[in-house]
Amino acid sequence: MEDILLKNKLDKEQEYFINMGPQHPSTHGVLRLLVNLQGETVKDLKPYCGYIHRGIEKMCERYTYSQIIHLTDRLDYMSAHINNEAVCLLVENALQIEVSDRVKYIRTIIDELTRIASHQLWWAAAGMDLGALTTFFYGLRDREKILDIFEETCGGRLLVSYNCPGGLMYDIHPNFQKKVKEFLIYFKKKLPEYDQLLSGNVIFVQRMKNVGLLTKEKAISFGVTGPSGRASGFSSDIRKKEPYSAYGNVKFKEILREEGDSLARYKCRIDEMWESMNIIEQLIDNIPDGSYFTKMKPIIKLPEGEYYQRVEACRGEFGVYISSKGEKNPYRVKFRSPNFFNLSALDHMSRNQKIADLVAIMSSLDLVIPDIDR
Amino acid sequence: MTNDQLKQFIKNYTTEVEFVDNPYSLECIVNTVHFYNLARVLKESDSTAFDFLYCVTGIDLQDSLGVIYHLESTKLQHKLILKVFASDIDNPEIPSVFDLWDCAELQEREVFDFFGIRFLKHPDLRRIFMEEDWEGYPLRKNYVDTVNIIDLIK
Repeated sequence: MEDILLKNKLDKEQEYFINMGPQHPSTHGVLRLLVNLQGETVKDLKPYCGYIHRGIEKMCERYTYSQIIHLTDRLDYMSAHINNEAVCLLVENALQIEVSDRVKYIRTIIDELTRIASHQLWWAAAGMDLGALTTFFYGLRDREKILDIFEETCGGRLLVSYNCPGGLMYDIHPNFQKKVKEFLIYFKKKLPEYDQLLSGNVIFVQRMKNVGLLTKEKAISFGVTGPSGRASGFSSDIRKKEPYSAYGNVKFKEILREEGDSLARYKCRIDEMWESMNIIEQLIDNIPDGSYFTKMKPIIKLPEGEYYQRVEACRGEFGVYISSKGEKNPYRVKFRSPNFFNLSALDHMSRNQKIADLVAIMSSLDLVIPDIDR
Repeated sequence: MTNDQLKQFIKNYTTEVEFVDNPYSLECIVNTVHFYNLARVLKESDSTAFDFLYCVTGIDLQDSLGVIYHLESTKLQHKLILKVFASDIDNPEIPSVFDLWDCAELQEREVFDFFGIRFLKHPDLRRIFMEEDWEGYPLRKNYVDTVNIIDLIK
């Protein structure tokens, strides 16, 4: 009997390591976490990145500005259009090109559609991570409607590549406005179903509430932006702080919460979908006439200097830093990827939580791995 | 604080700085000796309160290796770009700021991985994206890409 008690005591004290990933389904990609466990409790964890590192920043140094845009799609593939826009805005601001209002409005509408599509997939996967498989079918069913709109207007479904410096690749499809309005009516009926299915579910709420706490000070210090940061009360919305495209012309509120737990991050994203629909509604009937493209020189050369452009991607602040020597390709390109910053807080958030809660924390952070590795 | 007030604040602390007027925000170049203490003052002083480090960029200027810190104050809404250059290319060393901003730990590992800049007092300075036995620092301008992974365009 004493032997057993001693063994139990040793088991409790003993620390051991397990590898979560790179093939674990809840990491949503190829991220490996080396988790230091004591019993079932996480003591600390270390992320190991680089399984999908493609050297995009180095490739950018050899490519022209028009070519770079198509590489930014491949960072955070769920906010492909927004990443494209960051580079386009940077080039347009550097060359002081004014794009027409039509371009600004269309860009903003597609930005917000991208955000809804991204949050739908996140919601689908968040439920699935915690064992509710139904959500995956609901989320993907509704996301399909947006991808169909993208396919008609942009040509692509996931990596749209619809932006180019000076405007857009092509004008919108004649059905675009009709289809978007149909989608809004459809999704306004479906979004309350999301709440019915998951938001009020007792098991789900208990898995998420008070799990993975992040205070406002720590969120700022770790640079956690986007819905994850706003759930901790960190007002970090670039659409409000430094409005770009048509965000200055619309009224919307920044979703802020105080709790900073996984459930708050969940609710923030659900509320953001409502707010995105609100923005689209204000713009969709008012797309001004005009050119969808401002003619530019065939070879773009940025004046010598350094440029920085930030936009609000689906998971936080996406930034592009370009240092130019006046050549046709940039001297140095750096992408400030929101997920890499969000990942750095994972260790802090998951300490002294159970290993099963680590899955809930990761799904509430909504990491996209190609954006971390670049 | 306006840019002029920020300039004055930094000058009061140390005179060995250079300012560049960038349309995006004020740019301040500081040497490696004063860098850490200046960063600490900028973060901890109530009149500057740069609590949000939103981008860390390594850069190779061929005669020196540098790191660019984009700082913002969430309380006072002003921005600053802090640049520090290590002129010794064979053994570049810059003090780490991991204890001032929590995100810096992973960001500095990335810069070390791609540029080989050693961050002094960093608790865990290892490669993060490349394999541990990778030779050379890929984002340096003199890096020879023997397997032709990146140079696809030529």
